[in-house]
Amino acid sequence: MAGGDRHPASATAGHGSFVEVVAVCVRYLPLLIMLAAWELVGRSGLVSQQMLPGVGAIATAFFDLLQSGELVTNAWRSLSRAATGLGLAVIIGIAVGLLMATRPLFRTLINPLVRILYPMPKSALIPLVMIWFGLGDASKIFLIFLGCLLPVIVSAYHGARGVNPFVIWSATSLGASQEEVLREIILPAALPDILAGCRTALAFSFILMVSSEFVIAKDGLGFLIGSLGDGGNYPAMFAVILTVAGTGFVADRLFGSFVNHCLRWKEQA
Amino acid sequence: MSTLSALLKREGLMQALVLAGLALVWEASSRAGWVHPFLLPALSDVLVRLFTDMQSGAVFVDLGLTLYRALTGFVIAAVLAVPLGILMARKRGVQWFFDPLISIGFPMPKIAFVPIFILWFDIYDTSKVIMITFSCFFPIVTATYSGTSHIDKWPLWSARSLGASESQLLREIILPLAAPSIMTGLQIALPVGMITTIVTEMLMGGSGIGGAMIAAGRFADSVGVFAGIMEIAILGMVVIRALDRLRARLLVWHPENRAH
Repeated sequence: MAGGDRHPASATAGHGSFVEVVAVCVRYLPLLIMLAAWELVGRSGLVSQQMLPGVGAIATAFFDLLQSGELVTNAWRSLSRAATGLGLAVIIGIAVGLLMATRPLFRTLINPLVRILYPMPKSALIPLVMIWFGLGDASKIFLIFLGCLLPVIVSAYHGARGVNPFVIWSATSLGASQEEVLREIILPAALPDILAGCRTALAFSFILMVSSEFVIAKDGLGFLIGSLGDGGNYPAMFAVILTVAGTGFVADRLFGSFVNHCLRWKEQA
Repeated sequence: MSTLSALLKREGLMQALVLAGLALVWEASSRAGWVHPFLLPALSDVLVRLFTDMQSGAVFVDLGLTLYRALTGFVIAAVLAVPLGILMARKRGVQWFFDPLISIGFPMPKIAFVPIFILWFDIYDTSKVIMITFSCFFPIVTATYSGTSHIDKWPLWSARSLGASESQLLREIILPLAAPSIMTGLQIALPVGMITTIVTEMLMGGSGIGGAMIAAGRFADSVGVFAGIMEIAILGMVVIRALDRLRARLLVWHPENRAH
């Protein structure tokens, strides 16, 4: 999806060949340049240290937060909410999407809801989940669940609808039961679409996790960012923001390699 | 053909009936007291609120502000990201510099950067628009880059051998061939921009639907919250439909539109 997937060579650079090491360095040099530019702008006094804390100050603040346990506690609260919402959304979303593709009555009943909810910016539901579930975990989990649910439903539905009907007919004529058709044919054929939907849902789970914690500030990484910012501790605020961004990045990359692992049977285009 | 359209019409009718049924259940459940009206105000109350807000013009002020912020950020992102994506695919040096930055920026939850933009640009429209631009930018640049770099070399070579200049090449070959991918990037970016707009409005205030809804939420005005959700749902649907239409209009020549 993103740039890193286009460079399989750099992913296997662990063999220690000098050329490969140089290639990786050259590839990631722009990041170092940006980091150096950041540090230089901060030092030169063009902008105040308040506005742009130096890289060193941010790193120190990061380790302080790590040692005090604040970062770990809040990260755990945030990520467990995101994982619960996302996990529920994936399980229910796949089931609903497959049912919509195989049961016309079910589709007629569910499709209007999907078509109303899909284009709606889910962050608009934050005040609603506050009214329904209060300020605790439930409201955030429900919001993340709903936000992640729709991409999974839509991708599972499209994936399952795209299955060649001839394959299903042959399997049925060879005596496959409905359940076997679902497990052996529809699910594998829809898997690439489903996994792509799950990857979108993963990105949504992070967005909704952080936004809901900003607005319904009680605990979690979003709350930590807000309270550090309100207290004027900007190096620590930057450190937590970069932690959230880094976690989102790593989660997406891990899921990307999981997708490649799941689809290794598929012919590469 | 006629049976197919009849079938489609019947499915549309069925879906409309399902929606009407849901609306009835909604209305009945709060009128009959099955659900507390604070948790689920009656549909009619929400519609009445929507209507009075429309009469007073408050809806249009909020909708207009939200739409203005979302579209400004989105358009700025498109103006920056499309040329950059094309340049990345065409010029090795540009690709070298931006590829690692964008492949790291793309999967990051950009919304986490809101407090930094508040710190830098205060809480008014500037920081909202910059935040929206920032979150729309990455999907557009990624899609443009991938669309442009997957263009077959043969049309490029033929055009060049027939004497096309670089600007002709860009206008006649690259842009049309990359257009479906660019449009997809825009179609991903716009909903992301809408989500970001709502969240920035909720966090920074300054009217707009997000601001109005969070105010309604704080005052426990659940009718107001539901009216806001309806407004946003309609706005989101209209904006996404408009982009679908634009795609069909711009890519009339493309095989993807030939099936119908």
